[in-house]
Amino acid sequence: MKIIPKKVEMPRQAPEERVTNFDEVALGYSEEQAQQEAGRCLQCKKAPCISACPVEIDIPGFIARIIDRDYQGAIRKIKEKNLLPAMCGRVCPQEGLCEKACTLGKKYEPVAIGRLERFAADWELQKGNPEKPRLPPSTGKCVAVIGSGPAGLSCAGDLARLGHKVTIFEALHTPGGVLVYGIPEFRLPKAIVRWEIEYIRSLGVEVKTGYVIGKIYTLDELFCQGYDGIFIGIGAGLPKFMDIPGENLNGVYSANEFLTRTNLMKAYLFPEYDTPIKIGRRVAVIGGGNVAMDASRTALRLGAERVSNIYRRSRKEMPARVEEVENARDEGVEFNFLTNPVQILGNSEGWVMGIESIRMELGEPDESGRQRPVPIRGSEFTIEVDVVVMAIGAGANPLLPSATPDLKLNRWSYIIADETTGKTSKEAVWAGGDIVSGAATVISAMASGRRSARAIHQYLMEGSKSGS
Amino acid sequence: MYKILNKQNPAPDVKEFMISCPEIARKAQPGQFVVVRIDERGERIPLTIADYDRDKGTITIVVQEAGQTTYRLGRLNSGDTLTDVIGPLGIPTHMESMGTVVCAGGGVGIAPVYPVARGFRQIGNRVISIIGARTKELVIWEKKIKSVSDELYVTTDDGSYGQKGFVSDELQRIVKGGREIGLVFAVGPTLMMRAVCEVTKPYKLRTMVSLNPIMVDATGMCGACRVSVGGKTRFVCVDGPDFDGHQVDFDQLLSRQRIYLEEEKKASKSYDSVSEHGKVK
Repeated sequence: MKIIPKKVEMPRQAPEERVTNFDEVALGYSEEQAQQEAGRCLQCKKAPCISACPVEIDIPGFIARIIDRDYQGAIRKIKEKNLLPAMCGRVCPQEGLCEKACTLGKKYEPVAIGRLERFAADWELQKGNPEKPRLPPSTGKCVAVIGSGPAGLSCAGDLARLGHKVTIFEALHTPGGVLVYGIPEFRLPKAIVRWEIEYIRSLGVEVKTGYVIGKIYTLDELFCQGYDGIFIGIGAGLPKFMDIPGENLNGVYSANEFLTRTNLMKAYLFPEYDTPIKIGRRVAVIGGGNVAMDASRTALRLGAERVSNIYRRSRKEMPARVEEVENARDEGVEFNFLTNPVQILGNSEGWVMGIESIRMELGEPDESGRQRPVPIRGSEFTIEVDVVVMAIGAGANPLLPSATPDLKLNRWSYIIADETTGKTSKEAVWAGGDIVSGAATVISAMASGRRSARAIHQYLMEGSKSGS
Repeated sequence: MYKILNKQNPAPDVKEFMISCPEIARKAQPGQFVVVRIDERGERIPLTIADYDRDKGTITIVVQEAGQTTYRLGRLNSGDTLTDVIGPLGIPTHMESMGTVVCAGGGVGIAPVYPVARGFRQIGNRVISIIGARTKELVIWEKKIKSVSDELYVTTDDGSYGQKGFVSDELQRIVKGGREIGLVFAVGPTLMMRAVCEVTKPYKLRTMVSLNPIMVDATGMCGACRVSVGGKTRFVCVDGPDFDGHQVDFDQLLSRQRIYLEEEKKASKSYDSVSEHGKVK
């Protein structure tokens, strides 16, 4: 059999067209494209892709079913391990996980596993009426899950499939966490998120929105209400700023605020929707991660004439997915690598007028193994901007931990939890996702939610001893 | 969905709602606030809890119609529902026995003085309340505040009722009189709170202010509400809303409260052409 060296391209909206709308950029495979791509899979007996997947999806197994045109079988296979495949097929960094391990990838381009996962999930979505697993009889145990992002949803789904009664408490008014407030519509349509959360609900999971745990109830009060265990998946929801002059000027946003206004509150539809946003004429976005790419591309779609990305290291060190950097570049985002902001300049009324930055060069490697950027003396320069978005990462939000004094935190204020089970210092409380690891990926959060679900199940079925 | 059980109109363009939300009512403390979202298209706006009844399971909020969201809120009536009421948020007002406490409220900020004054009095403080508004018909909740105060002073800018002048003028008079005061607590328009702080600062009289910046999530996630306090950036939603008024950068707060004035104008224009159901005609 002749091997096709390259992945089947996925159709996308053209850059000049997509910057004018918030519709999804990547359009997904047609059935024939999926067939062609699935045919590239070598069906390895000892498949390295499976162990490279944080949730260990039987990848050759679901691809084999696509080849057989048994799409129901394919999605069933995926859902054995992953209850949110339409989302993961879109936002999972496959190039660093399953596709990196793909045998074909040693000589050619790896199989486009993510695109095939998305194809199977979208097939079910288009068909409607998803197949539900047979649920075991109720165990009579109740679990509270705090936060409805990827960690909470996967933990809740798994616990429900094991027969436990699960209630998710979400602080915002819409469930999904970062999937709805952070990741933009053009990368992850909110209808997809709603669909997959609906599926989790169909397993018997109750979702209560607008419940800020730590305020309306403490964890101990939840135990008093009859919950037998609690999983905390509240994410890394504390925006970081650079601590440079001018950061409180009007027109300076954290990426969290900029994206929440646009995605969750639909400010791009203002004034049809009530939440406004400052649409900059010239926008600077600081940072080199996926969130910075999302913010840059969002600024363009809101109508900015010019978007400048500012990143202190070089392109090679950027933590953003290559695909997202290319998307941003194709859409017209200008990149300033090896550049670091020094101060934000404002006018007398408190509005942003510009951003002063300094050029950097790469020096000795730092503790992350990447070359440390060092400022070049005298290289300061100013770009004229009216909106600045700080996308330099997120820290641990202290709201719930500060209301839970017996929950041990590490020195960065993340919750200390056992690596394999997610068990915290507090009796019958587990934690996972970004509030334990620091800002990471959707799939790693999902994987930790799954691991905790397994541990919680064991604890609930064996009695309280093993959980402490 | 949260049902409006009662609506009052205590002053022109000021609406008072009693809302059924038993879980929030059970937890609410003086000084805390809720985030309200009217419907699916609605903005999230923070509103201070002006009263709560744990037995009846209700909270009361008082709203001045000032922008698109508050206008839309003002059109709702008893029996209507709000899509979201989230809370109680923020750190409750710190209360201890300090002898005499002055509670100052301006405009719609008079209402949230009520639970704070009540709280201070319940733990044995002598409470002097000063409430003020532009003109007589805007003075609200006078009886309620009186019922939880040992002394009450009322001011109006135009002198149509009570003492002519500002709340801060009355406070100045009391402070100058040499009364021993342990704490001044102020809530109201930012300019009023700044004026209160200018009165108390020379006397090094401890002054707490309840800030009301723009917020989005109100759980510490977005940073929209950040304000400099003592040279440090604080998030009002989780670090406040009460801060030492002598440390607050009021100019910055005033500037940040004006970020969306232009958009507000645009929205009010389009609001005139929008039907009751939110659809553009």
